[in-house]
Amino acid sequence: MNLRRDVFQAISDPTRRAILVLVASQAMTAGAIASNFDTARPTVSKHLQILTECKLLEQEQSGREVYYNINTNKMKEIADFIEPFRKMWDDRYNKLESVMKKYKPDKIK
Amino acid sequence: MELKTKIKAEDGKQDLTITREFDLPVELLFKAHAEPALIEQWMSNPYATSKMVKFEGKKHGSYQQESTDANGKVVFKGSGVFHEFIPNKKITRTFEMENAPLGVQLELITFEKLTDNTSKLTTHTIYESVAVRDQLLKMPFAQGLSMAHDRIQEIMSKLK
Repeated sequence: MNLRRDVFQAISDPTRRAILVLVASQAMTAGAIASNFDTARPTVSKHLQILTECKLLEQEQSGREVYYNINTNKMKEIADFIEPFRKMWDDRYNKLESVMKKYKPDKIK
Repeated sequence: MELKTKIKAEDGKQDLTITREFDLPVELLFKAHAEPALIEQWMSNPYATSKMVKFEGKKHGSYQQESTDANGKVVFKGSGVFHEFIPNKKITRTFEMENAPLGVQLELITFEKLTDNTSKLTTHTIYESVAVRDQLLKMPFAQGLSMAHDRIQEIMSKLK
C-alpha cells in the first residue's frame, strides 16, 4: 500500500536531500547514486522510490538503464510555499519603514 | 520586485530566522517595537486593526494584543512576556496565540546599526516542534492569495 506522500516529509530526510543535491548536477542511475552512500542499496532504492512518488525525481529510460532526473518545477513549488509568509512580513516591515519615516527625528530619545 | 525580507527556515528544524534591512536609524527601528501606538500602526492592515491591550516594555513585563476586523469583531488574540528589553539592541520575548493549538514560541529580536541611517532587524523564532513551525509557515496560504494582493495594493496606494 502506498501512503500519500507529502513533499515536505520527503525533503525532511537528510539522505533524500543529499540525493537531490547529487542528481541536481546530472542525471544518474540508481547504482551510481547508491555508490555515493554507505547506506545499504535497498535503503537508497526506498529513498528513490519516495522521491519519485512525490515527483521530485523523474525516471528516464535510456537503453537498458534507468536514469533519475531532478524535476525542477516540483523543486520550485517547495521554494514557493514560503513566499506568502515572506510577503506578509515584507508588507509589515515596509509599513513599519514608512510609519517611522514620517516620525520626526527630534522625537528620538 | 525583489523582497527586502529574507527568511531562513531549514528543513526538519523547529526554528526560523527573518532578516530585514531598514532605511532607518537603529533608534527608530527599535522605537517601532517599543511604543504600542507605533506597533499598532504597522501591524494593522485594511482587514484587521491591531491593538495593544497591554504593553510593559521591560524585563519581566508582559504584553497582550488583539486584532479586530472591519466590524469590530476580535479575530486574533495573542500575548507573551519580555525576558530582555535592551534599547536599540535586543528584545527577547515569548508569544502565544490564544485559542490556537500552536503552543508558545520564543522570539529573539536583535537590532543592529549598519550606518547612521540604516539598520538591520533579525528575528529568530523557536517553535515547540517542527510540525508547528511548518503549520505556521503555511498559514498565510490559507488566508488566500487574492486577499494578500488586495492588501498590497491598498498599502502601496497609501504610501506617498
